[in-house]
Amino acid sequence: MIQPWQLVVLVPFAAALLLVAIPSYRAGAVVNVIASALTLATGGWLVVSDRLVGDYAIIDELNIVFVVINTLVGFTTALFSAAYIGHEIESGRLSPAFVRFYHAMFQAMMGSMNVALIANNIGVMWVGLELATLITVVMVGLYRTPQAIEAAWKYFILASVGISLAFFGTILIYLAGQPALGEGVPAMTWSLLHGVAARLDPAILDLAFIFLLVGYGTKVGLAPLHAWLPDAHAEGPTPISAVLSGLLLNVALYALLRFKMLVSAHPDALDPGQIMVVMGLVSLIFAAFMLYQRRDIKRLFAYSSIEHMGLMVFAFGMGGPLANFAGLLHMAMHSLTKSGIFFAVGHIAQAKGTQRLADIRGLSVTHPRLAVLFALAVLAICGLPPFGVFMSEFLILTTTFARDPWLALLPAFGLLVGFGALLLRLQGTIFGEPVGPSHRVDGSFVPVMLHLALVLAAGIFLPPMLVTWFQRAAELLG
Amino acid sequence: MSGAHDISHLLAGAMLVTSFALLYQERVASVLNAFAAQSITLALAVAWTAWSDNRPDLFITALIALSLKGIVIPLALRRMVERLGIHRQVEKVVGVGPALLVGLALTGLAQALVAKVATGTASHAREALALALAIVLLGFLMMIVRRNAVTQVVGFMSMENGLILAATGARGMPLVVEVSVAFSVLIALFVFAVFVFRIRERFDTVDIEALDRMRGDRR
Repeated sequence: MIQPWQLVVLVPFAAALLLVAIPSYRAGAVVNVIASALTLATGGWLVVSDRLVGDYAIIDELNIVFVVINTLVGFTTALFSAAYIGHEIESGRLSPAFVRFYHAMFQAMMGSMNVALIANNIGVMWVGLELATLITVVMVGLYRTPQAIEAAWKYFILASVGISLAFFGTILIYLAGQPALGEGVPAMTWSLLHGVAARLDPAILDLAFIFLLVGYGTKVGLAPLHAWLPDAHAEGPTPISAVLSGLLLNVALYALLRFKMLVSAHPDALDPGQIMVVMGLVSLIFAAFMLYQRRDIKRLFAYSSIEHMGLMVFAFGMGGPLANFAGLLHMAMHSLTKSGIFFAVGHIAQAKGTQRLADIRGLSVTHPRLAVLFALAVLAICGLPPFGVFMSEFLILTTTFARDPWLALLPAFGLLVGFGALLLRLQGTIFGEPVGPSHRVDGSFVPVMLHLALVLAAGIFLPPMLVTWFQRAAELLG
Repeated sequence: MSGAHDISHLLAGAMLVTSFALLYQERVASVLNAFAAQSITLALAVAWTAWSDNRPDLFITALIALSLKGIVIPLALRRMVERLGIHRQVEKVVGVGPALLVGLALTGLAQALVAKVATGTASHAREALALALAIVLLGFLMMIVRRNAVTQVVGFMSMENGLILAATGARGMPLVVEVSVAFSVLIALFVFAVFVFRIRERFDTVDIEALDRMRGDRR
């Protein structure tokens, strides 16, 4: 009988093959939405099916959280992108010839991310993440403007370097596992490595973790390895910005977490937590200050993603059931909110015909519904109650405070700085005199509203079932 | 089997020498030649490992390295350089002297890192790993200190050469990974080629400097 984890991977890739054969843009968009819905359904099936540890796949509480977020945001992004790309073709910014393979690439990217998430083999995990990255590189360059090509080139160079370093780290982990597990596949199987982690050579583990941290950290967007991220977000099509921020960064973080679990299982190896705390704080505070200088609306939220990834890495670096719980929750909330924001930003950019913040003013006059949604989404990401982001940020800060009151000041400071910048920008875009042209928005607001509703619901009431699930995942993280 | 290790070390050492050779070339065509020499040496090293360790699957990896990275890619890049009339000279961010000095330091760093780390493993595996790490770091250096798009591509592929050397040096690492590395190089080449051509459409040079002027947020 076919297993749900096989379907999570097979459905997107089968859809990608099918989509290659469909020349029409409209038919492709429909198939894309249906395939994403099917993947979401298999993701749901995965939640209720048995946990398993196999030769190829591992399904535990931890990666199911990631798979569910992945398939959910993948589905809503497919909905959003159907209208968005249609508008771009009509307005002549994209020619149909370039979007011929857009949907196939979208599905292939979703499939590769799922491969990386459920793989029990550290080599396969690497391949999945690498494939997803290369596909997004092509998609970032889709508009073929000089800026888009520059962004894609930079993304490609930095991502390749990151990927090469991560691969070297993977080889080192294999070398560490070889004496205990023998040659061949077992020494690359994560669950087996984790089982014998205490018997591995701590010096090799240390070196491997440094390579893996720099390699996968580049893709998480940790400062100072973040240079690709704002460009890639700003110049690519908006659905891709949403997927990059909401999903691909998570998958890279997931890979990092798996190796953190491995290394921290050895008593004499370095403490990965401390390094992650420092890198997370640097990213958080650096990105918060960078928010003030942004002139492009998508760049603004790209820096906000760096800020929040920094906060998550900080929380996971602190470790312990409570901080891990808060980190996981924050990851879920950030994915939903940030992709929702990018959907809203996509509508705004199409309505105003520009991404320049200076040219986006007075939305409350010209597009009242869009303005309300955008304002709510930005307030949510700022961490205002009653949204879920408030709860997760509050949890992270209180847990840190309980452990080390002085340390808690730093993330709190960073978040306040970021809060100020976003509020300042929000005020400018919503109020004031409208400038420049203004077009009607004909896309559907359902994806934005769905994300906002979920974040709001999570902020008001988190179902006990969800809490126990996240708690078990947090315990796995150690 | 110490003779077998001597030969594999000789080949890995030869690859390291070509890594240095990549750094001091003045013409793009000679950079491509040096890269081809490195890839052919890699193919020999992998084939030697395949033969001496009795792992026939590695011959495939060697064949991919030889045909693709030793012959096809250098020829394709050379034709592109000629057809597009790109600067034939290598454009440097840092001069040859300092680049070579940094390269030496990186090689020393690689040796020191691995020597400190792998005390438990056999000495020959450790040395092979140190050489591979040095090649990876030198490829990295080349991507930083050379400006032209084609030389950056070469730097990246030289880095990948070091990775493949490391992967084959790790005894019994499953074939899955080697195929994936070859695969990644293929895709990488595809993407790179597409970019280089697209860049050509917009600019008269394949100089990364021209791209830097197109930064979105700095105007």
